Amino acid sequence: MAQQTALPPAEQPTAPAPSRTSATDVAGLGRGRAAAFVAPAMLLVAVFLVFPALWTLYIGVTNYRLTGVQARTPEIVGVDNYVDALGDPTFHNALFLTLVFVLFSAVLGQNLLGFALARSLATLRPVMRRVVESLVLLAWIIPSSIVAFLWLALLDRDAGTLNALLQTPGLAWLIDYPLVSIIVFNIWRGTAFSMLLYSAALASVPPSQLETARLVGASRWQTLRDVVFPHIRGHVLTNTLLISLWTFNDFTPFLITAGGPNDRTEVLPVYIYNTAISGGQMGYGAAVSLIMLVINLIIALFYIRLLRERR
Amino acid sequence: MASIQLDGLTKVYPGDVRAVDALDLSIVDGEFFALLGPSGCGKTTLLRTIAGLEEATSGTVRIGDRDVTQLPPGKRELAMVFQDYALFPHMTVADNISYPLKIKGLAKPERLTKAVEAGEELSLGGLMERRPGELSGGQQQRVALARAIAVHPQVFLFDEPLSNLDARLRLEARTFLKRLQRELGVTTVFVTHDQAEALAMADRMAVMDAGKIRQVGTAREVFQRPASTFVANFIGSTPMNLLPGVVQGDGVDVSGQRIPMPADSREHVADGQDVVVGVRPEYLTLSQSAADGALHGVVAIIENLGTSALVTLEADGFTVAATVPDGEEPPIGADAWVSAAEGRTLVYRASDGELVDAPVAAAIA
Amino acid sequence: MSIVTPREMVGRIGFYVLVGLVTAFFALPMLWLVATPFDDQPGLALSVPDPTLGNFSELLDNRLALPSLLNSILLAAGTALLVVVFAATAAYALSRVRIPGRDIMLYLLLLLSSIVTGTAAMVPIFLLMFELGLIDSRVGVVLVLSGGLLPAAIFILKDFMDSVPKSYEESARVFGASSFQILRDVVVPVIRPGLATIAVWTIVNVWGNFLVPFILLRDADKQPAAVLMRTFYTEGGSPNLALISTFSLLFSIPVIAMYLFVNRRYGFRFYGGIKS
Repeated sequence: MAQQTALPPAEQPTAPAPSRTSATDVAGLGRGRAAAFVAPAMLLVAVFLVFPALWTLYIGVTNYRLTGVQARTPEIVGVDNYVDALGDPTFHNALFLTLVFVLFSAVLGQNLLGFALARSLATLRPVMRRVVESLVLLAWIIPSSIVAFLWLALLDRDAGTLNALLQTPGLAWLIDYPLVSIIVFNIWRGTAFSMLLYSAALASVPPSQLETARLVGASRWQTLRDVVFPHIRGHVLTNTLLISLWTFNDFTPFLITAGGPNDRTEVLPVYIYNTAISGGQMGYGAAVSLIMLVINLIIALFYIRLLRERR
Repeated sequence: MASIQLDGLTKVYPGDVRAVDALDLSIVDGEFFALLGPSGCGKTTLLRTIAGLEEATSGTVRIGDRDVTQLPPGKRELAMVFQDYALFPHMTVADNISYPLKIKGLAKPERLTKAVEAGEELSLGGLMERRPGELSGGQQQRVALARAIAVHPQVFLFDEPLSNLDARLRLEARTFLKRLQRELGVTTVFVTHDQAEALAMADRMAVMDAGKIRQVGTAREVFQRPASTFVANFIGSTPMNLLPGVVQGDGVDVSGQRIPMPADSREHVADGQDVVVGVRPEYLTLSQSAADGALHGVVAIIENLGTSALVTLEADGFTVAATVPDGEEPPIGADAWVSAAEGRTLVYRASDGELVDAPVAAAIA
Repeated sequence: MSIVTPREMVGRIGFYVLVGLVTAFFALPMLWLVATPFDDQPGLALSVPDPTLGNFSELLDNRLALPSLLNSILLAAGTALLVVVFAATAAYALSRVRIPGRDIMLYLLLLLSSIVTGTAAMVPIFLLMFELGLIDSRVGVVLVLSGGLLPAAIFILKDFMDSVPKSYEESARVFGASSFQILRDVVVPVIRPGLATIAVWTIVNVWGNFLVPFILLRDADKQPAAVLMRTFYTEGGSPNLALISTFSLLFSIPVIAMYLFVNRRYGFRFYGGIKS
């Protein structure tokens, strides 16, 4: 205190109005009750989210199975599961398919179509705009079990609407082009998010800057590159990371092809289901899950860093 | 009704930020008292500590004859009007006003009667069924006041009561608040960063800076005799002239010009001591002919203030401003002399900025 | 604007053709959902229906169809209740009381919930429920879903709480209201739109969730609509199209209605990853 008073008034550090922002407890709740308020949520999250994630580490080094001797007394097998997975061509296949699936359906497909929709919607008449927007959103919110069946009907070999339209009777899309089919399906399914995000992003570009570009006679492409894109670069990154993460974890392809034919659409989520839950190889499935969690972690860390930078 | 007595009140935030620093203050029963200071000076924290919204780190708060330092806000028998009024958006005006009475456990018919009474008093008669979102800023403020009045508290606390109103409404509300306070006679403390507001409304005020009180007094005392250069700078719509100089005999040398020094200041300073001479522009008389003890300069800028004009003179090494009546402005570039009215010259120590004849302790009365 | 060069004309026509094609792309799969339930001869092919409501009797004929919708309601309502109540209390405390490490904790939570997805964690979650004896338990499904949705819900609600002026509660405190009274009379009414958003968001998420009930519920009597639907066309050779089409329509209406409700009431407010 003595030091403080010795300072001349002008040089004393002015408290940055701490009253409003850093009040420790506005509601008079008290630390104890506050903890009690947070506890139930934390308990649920701890048991059903944190614990499973950590447990994956343990299960992955055992030969845990659902039935048989290993079910009762699973043994530690060390890194065998990981060695097996990394050397297993079916795992390589699943990883490769997932990569192609995410790259083409999310990073390219949803991203570009979502951006194109967001940009062209702004120029459409309100009625048209609402129709297109609603259709895209419907594809996003209808439960996956239903949309999966809608696509099964659309792509059906004998009576499917697509074959009728293209006059290609008897073409079995899901057998001849299974991966392309689920890629197109996922673009249809998930573009709504990109469209919404880019619509919001485009609306945040200051009109005065667009008008300046018009005044100096910039072409549409130049405006996009020099004015619009710098503004929404953060959104592009956010969007790409999020839709990649979701597509990477999407189980819906299972509902259409169940991984077939001949594992040609067995993306990682389906692969885990088929080996662990269906096939009962829990230890091996956990090892693959951990690889998946690590990939998720990497994507999410990028995303969180982005969020924090923007705050 | 009650007085408020603060003794050694201190509020320290984590990180050793002293928002309120060992503060003593007594506010008389029925007084309209202003806490004035720049933003971040601790005035709002002080008000919130009196309210009990902030816990005092040390020291005591007494309201009337009760020590309320340890009491929760609800038990202190005070009412507070927040800067944003804090009207509950989901309640009607009537429900907003009667909500505190509901907390006090009054039956519904009784609290509605009281709410209507308080509403009438603030001419909210036709608005009782509206939601706050449907009211103008001035009406919202009156609802907040009615809500405070309805509980008949010992003390009113207002946090920047006028800052959310536009300029014209602010003048009206100023008069209105002052009349209301006089009629109710309830001890009232309000926080403001606007010196004109404090001068106009408060019976007495405390000027604060960095968690400490720099001066306590009536509007006149603070305006006429600022206890330090900080207060002098802060109070007054035109800033006080503060001219650095050196004591020489019975006068002060300001950049080679000499002005007389009040006799009662002279005994507190030594010959050759660095001082700051303060004179308000309102207390300076301007003439276009040389006079004894007047400061000479060249007219540089004239700002019209309505009924008067502020004339800034440039001299060698300093500038000095004086107000002149409407229509008596000298031409730009003319030579002019300013001299202070009798007893209006203040002398501050250059070292700590305090008045030379007033020790620090005496300022906090 | 009034003078259009041929080049611009071609460009504009091309633009509308493209928009038309994209619209068709999104509409095409959904036409089946609208037409077939009312078709007296439901098939996989699209056809203009000869309107009938006869297909809806299939819903009653299937012993499991309507109960599965009830199961969906139970799961959605149960999860929404847990998520709204727990997220609201947690968000309130986190927004209003300075708990050490609060910000780090929130980010960690968000990080966790985005990486520990149902897909990536299906193995440990299945085993955990297996060990807890919660396989074939609807409560188990509700708990797992709540655990997954809570972090994002807390994050969104805390943002919402932060935007509510603290002076509301402080004002009530000065009047002497207890923390329970403040919560009931001030906080809950003020954040009601936020609570409604979270409730709808949770319900939509649970309603469409396939994976979690699929791996945790084996008993067809307990399965929600999303899972049971598969049995309509994987068992017994040819799919029962009358049942599938009418059931799909019935099953999709609630989420569409809720979307319309939220859209009209609050506008489609955009909360980062609102759907996961």
